[in-house]
Amino acid sequence: MAPPATSRPGRLLIALVVLLIAGIAWAFWPNTASDVRLGLDLQGGTQVILVPKPVVEGAEITEEQLGQTVEIIRARVDGLGVAEAEVTTQGSGSGAAIVVAVPGLGQDRVVELVQRTALLNFRPVWNILGPQPVDASETDAPETGAPDEADPSQNDETQADPQAADGGADNDSADTESGDGDAAADNGGARSAEIVQADSYTPGFQTEVDSLDCLDPVNLAGGTPDNPEQWLGACDQNGLSKYVMEPAFIQGVSVTDANAQLTQQGIGWVVTLEFDSEGARALADASTELSSLPECGTGASPCNAFAIVLDGVVVSAPRFNEPIIGGQAQIEGDFNATEARDLANVLKYGALPVTLDVVDITSVSATVGGDQLRAGIIAGLIGLGVVSLYLLLYYRVLGLVAVLSLAVAAGLLYLFVVIFSKTIGLTLTLAGVAGAIVAVGITADSFIVYFERIRDELRDGRSLRQACDSGWVRARRTLLAADFVTLLAAVVLYFLSIGSVRGFAFILGLTTVIDLIIAFWFTHPVVVLLGRMRFMHGGSKWSGLDPERLGGNSAVESLSGRSRRKRRDDYRDAKAQFGTDATDSTDQGQEVRS
Amino acid sequence: MSGAKGFGQRLYRGEVSYDFVGRWRRWYILSAIILIVSIGALGFRGLNLGIEFRGGADFAIPNATCSVVDARAVAEAETGGQTIVTVASSGTMRVQTIPLTSAESIAVADSLGEACGVTGSEITVQVVGPTWGSEISAKALQGLVIFLALVTIFLVVYFEWRMAVGALVALLHDLVITIGIYALVGLEVTPATAIGVLTILAYSLYDTVVVYDKVKENTRGIYGQSVMTYDEAANLAVNQTVVRSINTSFTSLLPVLAIITVGAGLLGAGTLLDLAVALAIGMAVGTYSSLFIATPVLAQLKRRQPETKSLASRVKARRKQALKQAKDSAQAKAGNGGVEQGDDGDSPAEPDPEPVGSASPEQIREYARVQSGDRKQPKRQSRRKRR
Repeated sequence: MAPPATSRPGRLLIALVVLLIAGIAWAFWPNTASDVRLGLDLQGGTQVILVPKPVVEGAEITEEQLGQTVEIIRARVDGLGVAEAEVTTQGSGSGAAIVVAVPGLGQDRVVELVQRTALLNFRPVWNILGPQPVDASETDAPETGAPDEADPSQNDETQADPQAADGGADNDSADTESGDGDAAADNGGARSAEIVQADSYTPGFQTEVDSLDCLDPVNLAGGTPDNPEQWLGACDQNGLSKYVMEPAFIQGVSVTDANAQLTQQGIGWVVTLEFDSEGARALADASTELSSLPECGTGASPCNAFAIVLDGVVVSAPRFNEPIIGGQAQIEGDFNATEARDLANVLKYGALPVTLDVVDITSVSATVGGDQLRAGIIAGLIGLGVVSLYLLLYYRVLGLVAVLSLAVAAGLLYLFVVIFSKTIGLTLTLAGVAGAIVAVGITADSFIVYFERIRDELRDGRSLRQACDSGWVRARRTLLAADFVTLLAAVVLYFLSIGSVRGFAFILGLTTVIDLIIAFWFTHPVVVLLGRMRFMHGGSKWSGLDPERLGGNSAVESLSGRSRRKRRDDYRDAKAQFGTDATDSTDQGQEVRS
Repeated sequence: MSGAKGFGQRLYRGEVSYDFVGRWRRWYILSAIILIVSIGALGFRGLNLGIEFRGGADFAIPNATCSVVDARAVAEAETGGQTIVTVASSGTMRVQTIPLTSAESIAVADSLGEACGVTGSEITVQVVGPTWGSEISAKALQGLVIFLALVTIFLVVYFEWRMAVGALVALLHDLVITIGIYALVGLEVTPATAIGVLTILAYSLYDTVVVYDKVKENTRGIYGQSVMTYDEAANLAVNQTVVRSINTSFTSLLPVLAIITVGAGLLGAGTLLDLAVALAIGMAVGTYSSLFIATPVLAQLKRRQPETKSLASRVKARRKQALKQAKDSAQAKAGNGGVEQGDDGDSPAEPDPEPVGSASPEQIREYARVQSGDRKQPKRQSRRKRR
């Protein structure tokens, strides 16, 4: 008779409280970030949605390419030094989109950053220096490295003065530190790698190269395209050395193919390169010339290595062993498989393995973002307030349970949003806020379904205690079915949509789950406990369960009682007439219900 | 029609029963008219697609001091294309132009800022490529189809195929009418609108599931008795859930209306407002369809089932017999027992419903309550209290 899960309502409540405390403790543990991460539409900033297209028409975009693209963009965005900049993929395969979100930054900078196809240049190495900025007086001693590998060995030369001493800057070199005023001003100096360029090799140029600090991570992240016609001073991508390079002899477009391969001995990896005819000719000339030069790192300049420069950063600096005629080259080094593949990809695709279409740019000022957040919160509070008022007026004490449940649900939602911000990097967007507000109605509905069921049971002449239980058993089924549909919609929306729809779907799904948690672990136990209180049995107007409200005729109080009795009597009459056993039918009724 | 009390109150007290199922013609005609208008509007007027769907740039200028004409002149001079300028009640001016590149959009934002007395960085800019809209649409459509397929499977498994059909008919009904209203009024369709419409789908189904669940409960074992036809049981279910439907509509619409008020007052056009407007329309239509469309469609499908047919004739036969018995026993009652007449609670009293077979007693009692107005038969007094 007694339906399950209701016999010990206190335990469910305690379980919920324990879980809540655990959740709160975890989410708001001291010294950890416990803020809700706000989307750009709420805090201001720029979001760019990019759709990757294959470089070759009609080709498929692989997950690997997508991953590489995201990694490359992330490296560039991280180079901005903006906290909480985000690069995410949404969707997969040909329908995938890459969403780049940078808080507090104007669109010009962000778009330029992600959309640019990185420039790849092959430059003869003049000499190789240590990574530290050097005082101008010591610049004549070029530092040694191990330029014949992609990964030059650590340079342990110490420098007398680690400070950047910018000596004679009166040459024609262009310090191409970028990041225009607007963008940098917004967040206090987002910038990309510093490089030094000059039309010719001058002492001034050398001085500036010397002052370049390759220990600064910003200078290793790339993002500054170098002019292939000029001399270049730039850092190695690992921050181990600093290169002085001549104007490029081949540009990236000449590379027709690059692959990572095992060596013929099967030990170690090499990267093979193929060039078009122009590139092949340039390579032949350059290799002939360079291979006769002394080794780099011996102090000689120029030396016999060439640098592969991507966006102002040296990704590899192999040595020419011999003249290469025919346009096919092989870079040998101490590569592992990943390094070789990465290098091959860089060589093959320039930078990105795909081309990117910018399909949507949204740039929100911080003021507007704040306004939207405020409006969302106000709307949410008003919505919550009005719904609470309605529930209180309509359901009285039961309404109070409903309002409490809504409050707990709201708290739980906040808790979950904080937890998901922490764990999976959920950001709360305006669409998410809208989803939460909409969820107020859906959450309230589960209480309404339950309360109406209780009333139905009471109208059937069941006791309040019975009604709370049997009404729950039936409401529970309805809730599960209906919430399942909403959850289904949320999940499908989440996995198939891009942009703001996803944020909405996530919150919608989250609130649906919270709705179920609250209904099962809070509302129902509280109602059952209430049902045991004397007050609720008295039929008080304030209980929300007074006979008058339950369907009697209000004109005469006793009449309402009569009408209910009447119904029971009708049933008994009927039973008498058709000889159905009363208890039997009642049992059947129970059976049908559960 | 007992007394001067409001309809809602009587409905609430269960004194009133409305014949949702029996009067299907009325509601079908009403819906058909609205649907025709919607489709017509869609066909003739088309949808007012936002820049997200047709491509373009959108500049929102807060506290703009320039006139609409000025802003348009500036933007058109800069872009050389058609420009739409609107001003929201919050004082935010929206300028929509032809598709631009990022660099162009910055130039336009700066010019607009200069003309309207705000700095360029204060302006919220959105630039959308011309193909983006079709990609979102394709995604949304794909999501819709998958969602519908999954939901249909769920409904068929949890209920039965007829209920799945009924729910989908109601869903389609809501969808077409919502889109139709957008076309008719010329509201702008943005991705937020699309979110709203997709939510409506979930909401409409949610509503229908709640009603159908009651129908399922009421009609369990219905073929084992001959008291009540399927139509009646289904109609009873709708009546039993109508208070819930109304309350739920209120609690769902209130927050949405709060968004609309706050959104329109503080923000002007934007994600919140677009979403809320779509939801408000869809929720209203969804409540209507769950009551007036979903269950009647189900009942009609059910009528084609042989079991339902034979049940209806059995019920008819039994009622005739009961009427005869009633006359014989010289009781003051007039029976008609027709399905279509059980309206508004004041139809002539029914003969006693007889519980037979596996019909649940609760159904019978509810049935009796709903179908009976003022009874004239003598009552046996009972001291039984509610609890």
